[in-house]
Amino acid sequence: MAYALQQLINGVTLGMIYGLIAVGYTMVYGIIGMINFAHGDVFMVGAFLTLIGLTLLGGFGITSVPIALALAFIAAAAIAAVYGWTIERVAYRPLRGSFRLAPLISAIGMSIVLQNFVQVSQGARDLNLQPLIPGSIRLMNQGGFAVELSWMQVLISVVTLAILAVFTWLVTRTPLGRAMRACEQDLKMASLLGIDTDKTISLTFVIGAALATVAGLLFLLYYGSINFFIGFSAGIKAFTAAVLGGIGSLPGAVLGGLAIGLIESFWSGYASVPYKNVAAFSVLAIVLIFLPSGLLGRADVEKV
Amino acid sequence: MSARPLTPTAALRDAALSTLVAFGLFCALIGLKLTPTDAGMKLTDRPAALAIILGAVFVGRLLMLGWRAWRPAGTPSPRLLAEGVTRAGRYVGPVFLLLALTLPLYSGRYVIDVGILVLTYVMLGWGLNIVVGLAGLLDLGYVAFYAVGAYSYALISTTFHVGFWTALPVAGLLAACWGVMLGFPVLRLRGDYLAIVTLAFGEIIRVVLINWTNFTGGPNGVSDIPRPTLFGLKFTGSGDPDTFAAFFHVPYSVTQRFVFLYYVILGLALLTNWVSLRLRRLPLGRAWEALREDEIACRALGINVTITKLTAFAMGALFGGFAGAFFATRQGFVSPESFTFIESALVLSIVVLGGLGSQLGVALAALVMIGGTELFRDFAEYRMLIFGVALVVMMVLRPRGLVSGRTPSIALGARKQIAAELVAQGRG
Repeated sequence: MAYALQQLINGVTLGMIYGLIAVGYTMVYGIIGMINFAHGDVFMVGAFLTLIGLTLLGGFGITSVPIALALAFIAAAAIAAVYGWTIERVAYRPLRGSFRLAPLISAIGMSIVLQNFVQVSQGARDLNLQPLIPGSIRLMNQGGFAVELSWMQVLISVVTLAILAVFTWLVTRTPLGRAMRACEQDLKMASLLGIDTDKTISLTFVIGAALATVAGLLFLLYYGSINFFIGFSAGIKAFTAAVLGGIGSLPGAVLGGLAIGLIESFWSGYASVPYKNVAAFSVLAIVLIFLPSGLLGRADVEKV
Repeated sequence: MSARPLTPTAALRDAALSTLVAFGLFCALIGLKLTPTDAGMKLTDRPAALAIILGAVFVGRLLMLGWRAWRPAGTPSPRLLAEGVTRAGRYVGPVFLLLALTLPLYSGRYVIDVGILVLTYVMLGWGLNIVVGLAGLLDLGYVAFYAVGAYSYALISTTFHVGFWTALPVAGLLAACWGVMLGFPVLRLRGDYLAIVTLAFGEIIRVVLINWTNFTGGPNGVSDIPRPTLFGLKFTGSGDPDTFAAFFHVPYSVTQRFVFLYYVILGLALLTNWVSLRLRRLPLGRAWEALREDEIACRALGINVTITKLTAFAMGALFGGFAGAFFATRQGFVSPESFTFIESALVLSIVVLGGLGSQLGVALAALVMIGGTELFRDFAEYRMLIFGVALVVMMVLRPRGLVSGRTPSIALGARKQIAAELVAQGRG
């Protein structure tokens, strides 16, 4: 019981991070119908930028953790947003309206570029950050096994939920969100009705990159260690989460993220750690066989 | 993109803006460098590198704008260019074949080795072309079949002590079986759902290969895989009567083995090409292409979609398995590291870059991407970076691939080229 509770806590924490990345995938997919393969690497760049920011602030003598985190995050998110914008402008916009595989290959190329760029510029070694938010609450103690909820995990959940609340408000209540939803329904019609579709798509990438930076920051704080390759597996899993939840659906992305996080942590806890990815991917395959459009996705109606 | 005339001031402003964006991109990641030390992270600054990059961006953007504004008028339209390329293809194909056949006669060991590598990817590209190019099924986990082929050959030959030529068909058939097995559950999926599930299968196979230690050897892989023989003649320098050098009374050299391997993979690749060209004319191959164009129409016309999709997966996997077995025998060693997602991505990009469905295009793309990356071998750490940039640039410049025209498999009267814009790319 206690062990299961601990796995639940770990799984939810992990799922929150996946969910944040998955939102970026699902948003881009919803609007322009492409898999933005480079999104996982934007997450990685976000984590690196945050670490650089934190180290820089440490050098300036800013030791207050909340201020340093906030400043580093704002700077990192701003720069990551430039990355999101540039990637869309350089690699995807020229291919819009081309056939479906061209942007996919371009995105794979962009992902290779980002990974190797960071490897060349920052080195291939693991970079570490000492824990900034120590301490935990002991929830229960059963037969010598203590269930602990660390402040870090609380922070991750609170930040993720807050960010998602702001984001939901943005999508459902603001003119930008309305434009985004219109583009999602019908790009051509939206542009005929006077929506600047190029701008909307660019902003989608900018917002996606900022969300990925939040995820990168949380990942950095939680695991304390990053390298240039973290974007690949996190990206694949977040995309799996987006597909599992029904790609194009925002609540679906978070739900899928939580599902993948829970499967992974329970499988690691009760079966075997090396096969946790096999479990996550198998569940994906099984869910898709019975629900081909994901948990919350709308079925694709094909018109003849 | 805009049609307005370019004034020098506008060009300068544009270039300055690009430089500003580049400054945003690179100020932290190039301008600052993190180094792990015992006392935590240390930051060092690299203003010179940053300045060089920004200068390069500024000048590069100016040159690009200049090229756009003053390039000679009357450049051929993309369609004319594509038609020209395809027409030239009729002669380019045989010339390339001749060059490939005679390559070992006038080149050294290194070039032959690169040739073997390129041909392996040509073969993988042609194999995947059946799945993606003909049947229109987006497969992101093709490396799974490559891995199955390689491990099948490695395990069969080291366990049962059979030679390459006996184990090769078995490895291919096993891979084809896996193609069918993995194909079954994904029959209902289409488009990107199919892509992600195939990708997941590729990862599952790799994870199993890493962790099933007592069967696959785990991360250490399988070593001492026997080399192929020419009718029982080995390519070693031991001087035994059953070695190639002793049998033909020629002095032994290592190059002989490379030349032999080169012709083996050339033969396998040409077999793949020949089979897929022949298959395209069978009812099955025409059903693949029909499936790519319109699945609903296919069903309406009574084509068995299940069988059609599964055979496409099986044929693609078969050739992937052959290529994998060849890879294992060439290396003499296999480990899960060779079968990462990046390999799948590489093969898929070769197929797309070649122009889906075009045999010649795939071969050209493999030559450009694999051979081209080989040119940068000296800049080892920049090699993949350059590869990625090249992938993006080539996609942006020629989204329909290098050879973007199709010849219909069957035609009434004269065969006319079909522009790639008119060919569907499949949804499933």
